[in-house]
Amino acid sequence: MSASSLRVGPNSADVTYSSAAVDRGSVGVITPSILRFDTPLALASGQTLDAYELAVETYGTLNDTASNAVLICHALNASHHVAGIAAHDPKDVGWWDNMVGPGKALDTDRFFVIGINNLGSCFGSTGPASINPVTGSPWGAAFPVLTVEDWVHAQARVADHFGIEKFAAVMGGSLGGMQALSWAIECPERVENCIVIASTPRLSAQNIGFNEVARRAIITDPDFHGGDYYAHNTVPSRGLSVARMIGHITYQSDDDMAEKFGRNQRAPGADGAWRYGYDVEFEVESYLRYQGEKFSRYFDANTYLLITRALDYFDPARSTGGDLARAFADAQANFMLVSFSTDWRFPPERSRELVRALLKSGRPVSYAEIDAPHGHDAFLLTDSRYHAVIGGYFDRIALSLGLGARHRSGGGMA
Amino acid sequence: MSGQQDILKNDLRPDLARIAQWIEPGSRVLDLGCGDGTLLEALRDERQVIGAGVEIDDDRVIACVRRGVNVIQQNLEGGLALFDDKQFDTAVLSQTLQSMHRTEHILREMTRVAHQAIVSFPNFGYWRYGLTILSGTMPVSGQMPYQWYNTPNIHLCTLRDFETLAQDLGMKILERATFNEGREIGVLPGWRSTLAVYRITAA
Repeated sequence: MSASSLRVGPNSADVTYSSAAVDRGSVGVITPSILRFDTPLALASGQTLDAYELAVETYGTLNDTASNAVLICHALNASHHVAGIAAHDPKDVGWWDNMVGPGKALDTDRFFVIGINNLGSCFGSTGPASINPVTGSPWGAAFPVLTVEDWVHAQARVADHFGIEKFAAVMGGSLGGMQALSWAIECPERVENCIVIASTPRLSAQNIGFNEVARRAIITDPDFHGGDYYAHNTVPSRGLSVARMIGHITYQSDDDMAEKFGRNQRAPGADGAWRYGYDVEFEVESYLRYQGEKFSRYFDANTYLLITRALDYFDPARSTGGDLARAFADAQANFMLVSFSTDWRFPPERSRELVRALLKSGRPVSYAEIDAPHGHDAFLLTDSRYHAVIGGYFDRIALSLGLGARHRSGGGMA
Repeated sequence: MSGQQDILKNDLRPDLARIAQWIEPGSRVLDLGCGDGTLLEALRDERQVIGAGVEIDDDRVIACVRRGVNVIQQNLEGGLALFDDKQFDTAVLSQTLQSMHRTEHILREMTRVAHQAIVSFPNFGYWRYGLTILSGTMPVSGQMPYQWYNTPNIHLCTLRDFETLAQDLGMKILERATFNEGREIGVLPGWRSTLAVYRITAA
């Protein structure tokens, strides 16, 4: 295992998300490291990955007893770059910079925070675009399909690397929340607190349906070449762009899109006349195309397939006959769940289902249902109630671990 | 009992202190409309109670989280579907019954999810209230500090009214405590108390 410096490609993965400007609560300029693991990793699919690398960022200082560590798990298109300013690009601010930093809800004055780019992703960790050591060319379609549980097992070795036996908290939103849940189930003795935001115990048929449309857009792009487009020097950018456009719609609420775009025309003719064509007519079309095209320039299509499939497969109650409470039977963590009222991708009802199961299995659980207009994306945005709940919860964790009080109050905290 | 002493030392309101006395140390308690978590915090710290609260207000939910009190943000009118039968030893509804739309429903739900229910509410049979009405206006008091047009209290009742309802719902009243301005009232409570606390079970 070795750690070395890393140059990653443009990781402005979430410009639309992390609109927060760098403030006094920033962790500053951050350089990621690459951790290499040479012990084979057995995967849910039955396959084995002989070796892999993970891109990792950390903020704050690990204390002597390694009791103050918090793992942040990322969602579909984000990365290890959770907070701060990327050393290679001052405009690249971490995707959860409004949440993580000195004095912020997750206070890096007291906690040691780790962000890991998931296995199979495309921001420095081993993934389909990496070189397969056996063939000497990119993995492409041969890269194994991964599950949320596989990610957890891969991440656990990062904890081992830092000498962290037990995380003070594992936290994530959306797909990141699934990883936090999975941590509490897969490694019960290593999670003190599990913070699950805007997540779900499983995807619905509608969720899988959206994922499938996105995957078909990629797979049917002539430039996809069965996943081995690297060898053809092509990128299925049209398919990936469409996939991203679909995703974008599901992240936002109807009201939010109505407010942002309404039926505004992009470049209306005289007196607002229609253009009577199929090019961009409405602002919302322009916005989605822009987001899709931008995304297709930095994200790997195979990674998109892999991650949406991991989402589909996540279902911890599958091994307990559909009994979600029994799935949590061995969990030892305290749970904090948050949902957002206008999230129709993973609506509050899914979080309530988790709350019910956790109560039934006897786990301590708190649940905040934030009345926010921004749909699923709300988990990435600044909201004083949401951040006060998370900040309050971390203050309790700090109290129970003897980490002291806040030294300062940063951006986002009330 | 030392726990009782400690709770009183904590400056818990007398009615809450009485509620605390009816709760077994180490038992599981659901506090409905738990506010800022004061009662559950006291029960946790003084009686090692495993508690959960239900609260709808954002600021109060935040206050609970800051106290380390487990809280679930939910509207009580939606019922207690999140909770299993007899998941708790005690369900508490403190000074909230009078403002709920579905009075019978919440009482049934409380006795479904818990072995015993503790309910407190303002006693509308208090003699001064009657006198105020006789003099031509609706009563406004410390216990019910609202005007008739802005009060959330839509289901006010007297001790006898509540006892009749409990009987009609097939519930058994185990204990009753009555208060006026923080003093416990023993004689003529139906007339002299402003606040009543009941301990009931599903017969």
